[in-house]
Amino acid sequence: MIAADHPIQRPPTAKLLTVDHEGRFAHLARDHFADLLRPGDLVVANDAATLPASLHGVHERTREAIEVRLAGWRGVVAGDVAHFEAVVFGAGDYHTRTEHRAPPPTLVPGDRLSLGPLSATVVTTLDHPRLVSLEFHGTADEIWAGLARHGRPIQYAHIAEPLALWDVWTVVAGPPVAFEPPSAGFILSWATIERLHQRGVSFATITLASGISSTGDDDLDRRLPLAEPYRIPEATAIAIRSARAEGRRIVAIGTSVVRALEHAGAGDGIVRAGEGVATNRIGSTSHLSVVDAILTGTHEPGTSHHDLLTAFVNAEMLRHIDAELDAHEYRTHEFGDSVFIERANGTAHPDRLRQGFGASRQSSLVIGSRATAEGCALPK
Amino acid sequence: MSHPTDSPTREQTLAGLRVLVTGGTSGLGLALVRELTASGARVAFVARGRERVERVARANAGSHGIVGDVSSKTDIHPIALQAVGELGGLDLLINNASDLGPTPLALLGDTDCEDLERALETNLVGPFRLTKALLGALSASAREGRGAVVLNVSSDAAINAYATWGAYSASKAALHHLSRIWNEELSTEGVRVLSVDPGDMDTPMHALAVPDADPATLKRPEIAAHEILEQIAAALPQRSPSIQEAATATGGIG
Repeated sequence: MIAADHPIQRPPTAKLLTVDHEGRFAHLARDHFADLLRPGDLVVANDAATLPASLHGVHERTREAIEVRLAGWRGVVAGDVAHFEAVVFGAGDYHTRTEHRAPPPTLVPGDRLSLGPLSATVVTTLDHPRLVSLEFHGTADEIWAGLARHGRPIQYAHIAEPLALWDVWTVVAGPPVAFEPPSAGFILSWATIERLHQRGVSFATITLASGISSTGDDDLDRRLPLAEPYRIPEATAIAIRSARAEGRRIVAIGTSVVRALEHAGAGDGIVRAGEGVATNRIGSTSHLSVVDAILTGTHEPGTSHHDLLTAFVNAEMLRHIDAELDAHEYRTHEFGDSVFIERANGTAHPDRLRQGFGASRQSSLVIGSRATAEGCALPK
Repeated sequence: MSHPTDSPTREQTLAGLRVLVTGGTSGLGLALVRELTASGARVAFVARGRERVERVARANAGSHGIVGDVSSKTDIHPIALQAVGELGGLDLLINNASDLGPTPLALLGDTDCEDLERALETNLVGPFRLTKALLGALSASAREGRGAVVLNVSSDAAINAYATWGAYSASKAALHHLSRIWNEELSTEGVRVLSVDPGDMDTPMHALAVPDADPATLKRPEIAAHEILEQIAAALPQRSPSIQEAATATGGIG
């Protein structure tokens, strides 16, 4: 597919491929998204704002230049802004493709990193030369100020111009907890949300701290997605329960929403309000118990986002979809075109109780309390 | 600060409320920070001078000081990020920071374009940008039943034509109309946008505008802050005990 190389959230030419539950394709202008939905549908988006998670600085012991990309945090649901998991690169910046980036100097616990106004200590090295856990020094307010002033959005070589925070915040962006934008939400404008209301479609949000999508390292990329903390507001949980009870559809904007809702609803499909840490990996063997349809970006085969779509359609259908996107010159990456996929027949709700899913997925949802026990440990 | 006339409803409504105040280190903004903090609200405030920000944050325990300039495009998202990060969400935005235009005040024909531009950037474009950046957080509060209010500090100069107040008046008139339109547009989202004239107050800005005014004839900013918070409380839904608990139990992001 063609890389979308300009940071425009809603280009007037954006396209939308729709795949209905019988596998039929249609192509639309993307701003007609609201017209695809039925009265009664509940649309759920991820309202995480994106952190400026790329921090340039110096590895004090060697005085070598480094770039730290914050990638996960265990304590966000408890208000802990000092501790992060991070991927560290050597000198250079996003203009170099991540797979060609220089490695960082050898990192050992206790190493000090100077990152503009921020300073941090390497707490542990995780079983990979680029991957560490960090502790920032200072008060929470000082850390927020340092991130806000010194950090830049994580970006990749396919976009040449530097991204600003306004490029990566969706219109519904609220809590600044994501490391990369929940970019399926770029489709949303306030006019689209108003159109949903007019059509009798409900709109709700969850917050999931979307992790990084690519590290440039095959070993690390195979672990993606990292564990991601999330929060489901009471109002959203109630809206989902009543929609499901009345047989109305749940439409997820983005893979992160699917991950959060299916994690929160693992077992019985009942989504409870509260905070949790999504450790689930969704793929062809997953049985969706909450979400009926997904609006997502176009994802490259081999990525965890692409794998997730095999929960909605089988692998053969997904190959047809990829071929259709290629044939119609869809653009990919975060500012690219979109796909709307209804869950294929045969994976419908009435089957879910007979399929005994859930035994393999332990819910870690912690209701109304501070979920720290499970943390954000990287999946091993 | 406690006022004998405070209704229990007002206190309940302000306790746990997550608030951002711009221009929070002097005049009306400072009075709002003090009264909100004393009412149990969780307050972040913005001002340009680091030293004053730190002093006000120290004097108002639990408040979060943010150094930033609302007239600067590149400061807006860092301010929004810090406020929502520190408070875990946002229920109330008070766009209070204002620029008077030329000082001393000048006839329009004598007003430098740069003075008009600065007044527009601070009093109109800044509140527009900051509100836009925070609309996601505010609408989330509204969806969660907490209510959401944007309060833009206006002036009678937004309505009436006073000689020598041209730059300030034009910016406040535009802000007033922006507030009204946004209030219409956001009614389905449950976000209220209010435009409030606090009256002539004994503040550093008023002293700049009218140096020989008798302070005894001016409203004290504490009184104006109190009146404004009454209006805000009336615009917010009455808090249910469960939301109160959630507000106090959730320390950070969530």
